[in-house]
Amino acid sequence: MKIVVLVKQVPDTYSERQLSDSDHTLDRDATDAVLDEINERAVEAALQLKEGDGGDSTVTVVTMGPDRATDAIRKALSMGADAAVHLSDEALHGSDAVQTARALAKVLGTVEGFDLVLAGNEASDGRAAAVPAMVADVLGLPALTHAREIAIEGSTVRVKRETDDGVTELTAELPAVVSVGEKINEPRYPSFKGIMAAKKKPVTTLSLTDAGLDASEVGLANALSSVTSSQPKPPKSAGEKFEDEGDGGSKIAAYLVAQKLI
Amino acid sequence: MAEVLVLVDHLDGENKKSTYELLTAARTVGEPSAVVVGPAGTAAGLAEGLRAHGAAKIYAAETDSAEFLTPQVSVLESLVEQVDPVAVLISASADGKEIAGRLAVRTGSALLADAVAVSPTGVTHSVFGGAYIAEAKANTGHPVITLRAGSVEIEQAEGAGAEETVAVPASGRSATVISREPIVGGDRPELTEASVVVAGGRGVGSADDFAIVEGLADVLGAAVGASRAAVDSGYYPHQFQVGQTGKTVSPQLYIALGISGAIQHRAGMQTSKTIIAVNKDSEAPIFEIADLGVVGDLFKVAPQLQEEIAKRKA
Ligand SMILES: Cc1cc2nc3c(=O)[nH]c(=O)nc-3n(C[C@H](O)[C@H](O)[C@H](O)COP(=O)(O)OP(=O)(O)OC[C@H]3O[C@@H](n4cnc5c(N)ncnc54)[C@H](O)[C@@H]3O)c2cc1C
Ligand SMILES: Nc1ncnc2c1ncn2[C@@H]1O[C@H](COP(=O)(O)O)[C@@H](O)[C@H]1O
Repeated sequence: MKIVVLVKQVPDTYSERQLSDSDHTLDRDATDAVLDEINERAVEAALQLKEGDGGDSTVTVVTMGPDRATDAIRKALSMGADAAVHLSDEALHGSDAVQTARALAKVLGTVEGFDLVLAGNEASDGRAAAVPAMVADVLGLPALTHAREIAIEGSTVRVKRETDDGVTELTAELPAVVSVGEKINEPRYPSFKGIMAAKKKPVTTLSLTDAGLDASEVGLANALSSVTSSQPKPPKSAGEKFEDEGDGGSKIAAYLVAQKLI
Repeated sequence: MAEVLVLVDHLDGENKKSTYELLTAARTVGEPSAVVVGPAGTAAGLAEGLRAHGAAKIYAAETDSAEFLTPQVSVLESLVEQVDPVAVLISASADGKEIAGRLAVRTGSALLADAVAVSPTGVTHSVFGGAYIAEAKANTGHPVITLRAGSVEIEQAEGAGAEETVAVPASGRSATVISREPIVGGDRPELTEASVVVAGGRGVGSADDFAIVEGLADVLGAAVGASRAAVDSGYYPHQFQVGQTGKTVSPQLYIALGISGAIQHRAGMQTSKTIIAVNKDSEAPIFEIADLGVVGDLFKVAPQLQEEIAKRKA
C-alpha cells in the first residue's frame, strides 16, 4: 500500500504563540517550530499500518511550509517514514485554508498511485479542523475524519470516528483520506538508527511551478479571507494564594459567597 | 433583505441550541433561511422552533442516504448557486467545520472558521486559547462562517418559515456511515454551556476518586471537566477534556483540582471569569492565573468545600 501523510510544522504549543503586528499572520520566528503532535500520531498510524502489512507499504510525508519545515520532515523520516515531498515557496506565505487544501491536492497529484492519505484531525495553530476533508473534496475522494481506530480490509478502509458528539463507524473504498484524533496511538520516539537513516532518505522539494500551481492561487495577497486586525488580550494575573491549614475548603466557600458566586 | 443560509444542527428530532445561536447571529447580516438535511419528516418536527427564532424560509432536504456529511455539502452547494446568499452559517462542531471547509472549496468561498461574533463586515476570532482577538473579513461572495457554540446570546424573533422542498443532489465518492452511537448527555450541564465547571487532573489519581470532582460539581450545579493527563490515564472520558485539543470553556467559575496548569490546558479555560485552583505544589503554573489559589491536598479541600456549600444551601 502506498501511504501519504500530510504533516505540518507548527509553533511549539509549550511556548507563547504570537501573531505578527505587520500582517497578522503567525509569527513563526517568535517560537520554536515543531512537527505538530497530531501529525506524529498520523505518522505513527502510517507506520503501524506498514508494519501490519509485513513492511510492503511505503510511507511518504508531504508538507507545505517554509524552508525550515524540513526539520519537521526529518522528524517524520527519523520515526520511520520512507520519503518526503516539501512544497516550499515564498509565495505561499499567508495562504488560507482553501488555498492550502487546493495546493496540497496538487502536491498529492505528484505522488503517483497513493492508496491512503493520513492527516491530523486539527492543526494546533490554525485549528481549522477542515483541511483533510477539503483536500479530499478537491480530489473527489472520501474523507474519514477524527479516527480513533483504522482498519484496512482489502481495498476498503474502516474507521471509528470519535468526536464530542459520539462515535460513528465509517467505511470507504480506497483511495481515501483519513484524519486521526489524538486518542489513536502514542507516537514512537525516533531511535538513533532512525535519526541516522533519515539523513539519507529522499526529500523532493517542489516550487509552485513544480506542483503545477500559479502564484495567483496562493498567498496572503490572493487569500479568500483576510485578517484585518489582531490584538493580544492582556493575560490574567494571579490573585491571592494561601496554604491550606485545615480550613482551605471553608475559605474558598467564603470567597465564593463574597464574590456572589454562590 | 438578502438571504443567509443557516445549516440546522439537530439531534433526535430536535434543534440543538447552536441552531438558535446561528439564527440569532444570521439576523445581523441578512434574512435567515434554515437548511434542514436529514431523514424524511425531519423538517416538520423542527419547523416551529426555527420559525420562533426568525427563520424566514425553511429548505427541507430529506434523504435516507448513508453518505457521511456529503448530502449536507451538496445541498448547501446547490443552494449557494441558486440563491447567492450573503453568507452561510454553520456550527463550529467537528461535523460543521468539515462541512464548511468542503463547501468553501466547492463554491470558491472564503472560510471564516470558528468565529465568536458575526457582523455585516466580517467576523471576530479568538485565537490561541483567547490570547488574541482578531477581526477577519471575506474577499469573496457567500463566505462560509462557522460559529463557536455559546458565543451568541439567543434571541427569539418571529419568522415566516415558509417550507420549501429541495432535492439532494447525487454525489461522487463519499464515506458511508455503518453505525452511530451519539454520546448521551448525563444530568449535568453541557461542558461548554455551563456557568460553573469543576475540573480534575492527574492529581485526582484514579477514576474512582473522580467522584470527589463530581460531588463538588453536583452541589454547584456544575459541569465536570478533565485535563488531558486525567483523560489519558483513563480517569475520565475523552469528551470532557478541556484545553488546546479538548473543549474551550469560559464559565463564570472554573475550579481546577490537581491540575498543574500546563499552557495547553490553560488554552481551553483561561478566559473563565473566576478561576480557583487547588494544588499541592505551590509552584504549579495554574496559580499564575488563579484568582484564588489554595496550596493543599484536594482530597481535604474539595470535600470540605462541598460540605460548606451544601450547608449553605440547606
Ligand atoms: C499538542 C498538545 C496538546 C495538548 N492538549 C491538552 C488539552 O487539551 N488539555 C490538557 O489538559 N492538556 C493538554 N496537553 C497536555 C499538557 O501539556 C499537560 O501534560 C496536561 O495538561 C497535564 O495535566 P495535569 O495538570 O492533570 O497533570 P500534571 O501536570 O501531572 O499535574 C498534576 C498536578 O496535580 C497536583 N496534585 C497531585 N496530587 C494532588 C493532591 N492530592 N492534591 C492537590 N494537588 C495534587 C500536582 O502538584 C500537579 O501539579 C497537550 C499537550 C500537547 C503537547
Ligand atoms: N500546510 C500543510 N501542510 C501539510 N499538511 C497540512 C497543512 N495544513 C494542514 N495540514 C494537514 O491537515 C491537518 C488538519 O489541519 P487543519 O485543518 O488546518 O486544522 C493537519 O494535521 C495536517 O495533517
